[in-house]
Amino acid sequence: MTPLAAYLMVAALLFAIGLAGALTRRNAILVLIGIELMLNAANLNLIAFWRYGPHPELLTGMMFAIFSIAVAAAEAAVGLGLVISIYRHARTTDLEQMNRMKG
Amino acid sequence: MSPIFYLLAAITVAGGLATVLLKNLVHCALAVTIAFLGLALLFLSLDAQFAGFVQILVYIGAVAILVVFAILLTREAEVPESSPAGRVFSKTWLTGLVIAAAVFAMLGWAVLQSAQALPNETAMPAVSVRDIGNALVGRYVLPLEIVALLLTAATIGAVIVAMHEKEAK
Repeated sequence: MTPLAAYLMVAALLFAIGLAGALTRRNAILVLIGIELMLNAANLNLIAFWRYGPHPELLTGMMFAIFSIAVAAAEAAVGLGLVISIYRHARTTDLEQMNRMKG
Repeated sequence: MSPIFYLLAAITVAGGLATVLLKNLVHCALAVTIAFLGLALLFLSLDAQFAGFVQILVYIGAVAILVVFAILLTREAEVPESSPAGRVFSKTWLTGLVIAAAVFAMLGWAVLQSAQALPNETAMPAVSVRDIGNALVGRYVLPLEIVALLLTAATIGAVIVAMHEKEAK
């Protein structure tokens, strides 16, 4: 197995773990963490392709990963703010009890 | 592949698995921090020093702390596990597990099938942080400005969403 293929397999495994967490957990915060794990797996792919692909001096994959980290941080801030706001209204973070949008 | 890679990969995957499987939310936050740290070390092992340290600063320094704060602020919502409403996984957990396994099988099959065609440059990329800074304010200046706008909007949006609304009623 080439080094790039090994990194891609780790990223695929991490993506599947994050997907399983996002699909199976009942707590909204854990679902957000699962989505963060999936984003991180994608970042690992980008960096691995940057390292082993041609022309690393153009920095394309590195820039993609850095902007993806920035967007993920913004997403985490807004998502956790939404969870706290919903908790204040409904007194729960359980996704199965969050079944109406009316406040 | 070096033993260091296998060690880092094992740490990362174990952290991710513990995040998904553990029952206590604070333990989950700790496990996800370990997974983020393993990923940062994997970035460092890929000669991407800047991305590795950005990962440590942003994910361990900011996102993990935010997650811990959110968990502690919503602490009262947790119900004991013995009651039927206290289950950790949702009713359709088997479906989610099957979907995740299918996605991993497909991704792994794609990687293994294309293993011969993947690029394999062995030369270490000679990229310094100065080059990254020059690229950020040169070729990538428009995305940088858009990310700045996005982060400002996200900060204001998160504060407004989580703000206590007294005049609403």
